[in-house]
Amino acid sequence: MRRLLSLVLGLAQLSLAVVLLATSPRAGGQAQVRIDNFSFGPSALSVASGTTVVWENGDDIPHTIVAADASFRSAAIDSEETYSFTFPAAGDYVYFCGLHPFMTGKIIVSP
Amino acid sequence: MARRDRDDTGANPDRRQALECMVWAGTGVVWTVSGGVPCSLGLLGSKPAMAADSSFSFVQISDSHIGFEKPANPNARATLSAAIDKVKVLPVKPAFMLHTGDITHLSKPVEFDDATQLIGAADLDVHYVPGEHDVIDEARGEAYVDRYGKAAKDPGYYAFDHGGVRFIGLVNVVNLQAGGLGQLGGEQLAWLADNLAGLSASTPIVVFAHIPLWSVYPAWGWGTQDSEQALALLQRFGSVTVLNGHIHQLMQKVEGNVTFHTAYSTAFPQPQPGSAPSPGPQVVPAEKLRSVLGIRTVLFKTTSEPLAITDTPLSAP
Repeated sequence: MRRLLSLVLGLAQLSLAVVLLATSPRAGGQAQVRIDNFSFGPSALSVASGTTVVWENGDDIPHTIVAADASFRSAAIDSEETYSFTFPAAGDYVYFCGLHPFMTGKIIVSP
Repeated sequence: MARRDRDDTGANPDRRQALECMVWAGTGVVWTVSGGVPCSLGLLGSKPAMAADSSFSFVQISDSHIGFEKPANPNARATLSAAIDKVKVLPVKPAFMLHTGDITHLSKPVEFDDATQLIGAADLDVHYVPGEHDVIDEARGEAYVDRYGKAAKDPGYYAFDHGGVRFIGLVNVVNLQAGGLGQLGGEQLAWLADNLAGLSASTPIVVFAHIPLWSVYPAWGWGTQDSEQALALLQRFGSVTVLNGHIHQLMQKVEGNVTFHTAYSTAFPQPQPGSAPSPGPQVVPAEKLRSVLGIRTVLFKTTSEPLAITDTPLSAP
C-alpha cells in the first residue's frame, strides 16, 4: 500500500514537472543556430529567457558571433565547432559575424 | 568606368613614373593590363625584358591562410612554400615583399610562427597588413600587432618610402559593424590625410590593404564602406596603385589615376562573385590547384609606356 502511495506521489510529481516544463517552453533549454554558406539558420530565432543558444559552424571558414550591442562575443568558431550563450533577459538581440559582417541574425528572447 | 589614358592627366607627360607588373618566373601570364584595361594574354614561360631605367621591383603575396587544412587545400604550408620558391628564383632580386593579409587562418601562435619561417626563406624584408583571419585571437589583434605592428599605428597601419614611391599599408579588418563591409575608420583616415599632406602630386603612391578598397561584391562583403574617403584623399596624385587580397582571385579596375588590383591567394581559390552560394573556399581538382594560386611581381620604372600588370600562378592551368 505504502509502495503504491509513493508511486502515485511520484507520478504526481512527474506530471507537475511536465506541466511546469510545458508552461515555460525551453526555459533553461537549448536552441540551435546553424551556420552554413555564410548565413545563420534561422536568421531570426525566438526563445524564452534562460535559453542557451548554440551556434554551430558548418562552413570551411571560421566565423565569430558578435552582439551588435557588444553584450556577447565569441572567439573564432572553426568548422564544426560551437559557441553558446545563455540569454538571461527578454529583448531582441541583433548579432553578426565579426569576420564577415554582412552575416547578421537576431535572437528574440521572450520573458 | 571610362578608360582614361594617363596622357590625359597632363601629369609629367614626358617622364612619368609608373608601376609595371611583369612576369619573370612561372609558366602562365594571366592578365596583361594596358593603360589599366585588360587587353591581352601573355606568352607562357616568357621572360619580358626588364627596362633599363627600372629602379626596383617588389613582390606581393596574399592570403597564405597558414593553418587551413580543408578539402580546398589540405596543405596551405606547402603552397606558401611553393610561392616563396617562385620568389627566390626571380632573376632580379626584389627590393622587398608585401603580404596583404590573412597570413594565418585562425591567428594561432603556431600559425604565425610557421608563416614567419616559410616566408623568411625568401630572405626579403616583408611589409604586412592584417586580414580578418589575423585578428581573431582572444585579444582581438594583439597577436598580430605584437609580431608585425610594433612600428605601426595600432591596429597596424603605416607608410614608408622606397625609390621615390610612397607605400601606405592600411587596415580595414577591425571593428567591423553589423551589416557593414571592411572599414578604415575615422582615426585612420585622419592619419592618411596627414601622411599625404605636403606630398607632391607627382609622387607615385602604392596603397595596400587586405579587403578591396573598391566595391567588388558587397553581398559577399567584398568592399570597404569608407574607401571613398580614402580615395578622395588620393585623387590629386598622378599615379595611384591599390593592391588588395581577400577575394583569392585576380581582378582589376581603373578609376581616373587609380588602378586597383586584387591578388591570388597562396592557399585556395574563392568563387567568382555570385557564382556560388557563398564565398567559401572553392574546391578544384588537386592537379589544378596551383594554377589558381600565385604571386605578383611589380616592377617600378620611369616610362612613357602605359601601365601593365601580370600575375603568376604557381603552375600552368
